[in-house]
Amino acid sequence: MSQFILHKENTRGHANHGWLNAHHSFSFANYYNPERMHFGVLRVLNDDSIDGGMGFGSHPHDNMEIITIPLAGAIAHKDSMGNAAVIKNGEIQVMSAGTGVSHSEFNANADEQLNLLQIWLFPNKKNVTPRYDQMALDVEARHNNFQQILSPNADDAGVWIHQDAWFSLGKFDEGFETEYKIKKAGNGVYAFVINGEVTIDGQTLSKRDGLGIWDTDKVSFKANSADAEVLLMDLPMEL
Amino acid sequence: MPLTILYIGRDAEITTVMHRLLNERPEWTGLTVCNDDEAVSICKKQQLDLVLLGNGINAECEATLRQKLTSIRPGLKIIQHYGGGSGLLYGEIMSAIN
Repeated sequence: MSQFILHKENTRGHANHGWLNAHHSFSFANYYNPERMHFGVLRVLNDDSIDGGMGFGSHPHDNMEIITIPLAGAIAHKDSMGNAAVIKNGEIQVMSAGTGVSHSEFNANADEQLNLLQIWLFPNKKNVTPRYDQMALDVEARHNNFQQILSPNADDAGVWIHQDAWFSLGKFDEGFETEYKIKKAGNGVYAFVINGEVTIDGQTLSKRDGLGIWDTDKVSFKANSADAEVLLMDLPMEL
Repeated sequence: MPLTILYIGRDAEITTVMHRLLNERPEWTGLTVCNDDEAVSICKKQQLDLVLLGNGINAECEATLRQKLTSIRPGLKIIQHYGGGSGLLYGEIMSAIN
């Protein structure tokens, strides 16, 4: 029988630094909740709003798979591997921090708010060579469909990471119903509602709610509003 | 009395950042090294509350470090630090000491 954990939007950690308004689904920085340490290998799910021109100066990372999805606006990224890029809404960025990498992230626009999801997964292998990638996604392909945007395989759809995880994004019409089949036995699914209202395995979720489900091989999905948009993260439950 | 925390990592830049992070809270005193022999030497000289293993430490070095440090100070908590910065540090330390 499947099990679940529900993280309502208003139970997330919150830090407003003025230029940065951050909501943390899991313990992060000064937000510590021992019951919100991770969901399987999913360790960080930050929903950040960053003022125009502002951002994070150069800082290091190691041994994490870091995925950034801009929901509105664009990010200017620079790193110690020599990458300098702008990632905008409709694109995805991935960085395997491995043995260590430094990067900076700023709102690329002076007069526009940036909203992004930053997701950190524990890697399936420590101390890998750092790598960076970004990809433009076909946004139309996620209409009434869970569009795969990340996988463990370099030759599969979307970007790839050092973990047996698959991410999908979908944007749905009201009343649309489907089923998501988990890609690997033993994996769970963490669903994060970007917009609208949906029902997943009988749980009604609103904007920015999260739902983790495990001990199952599929989840049912229904869109309850016209603007329903969901990120599904299919990932190992064992650290 | 602040907790004394030893960070061991291989990347000099990350080690510098970790030194700053571990010493900017009054409740922590941070020591940071890139060298395993130096870590063992520190462990012999002073009480440690927690050891954080950072990036670049391979499985063999990790096993040796754990064996040496716990033989000097049985029961010493040794955990993996992930992320190389401030994001996970507070939660990792709080989880370890609680």
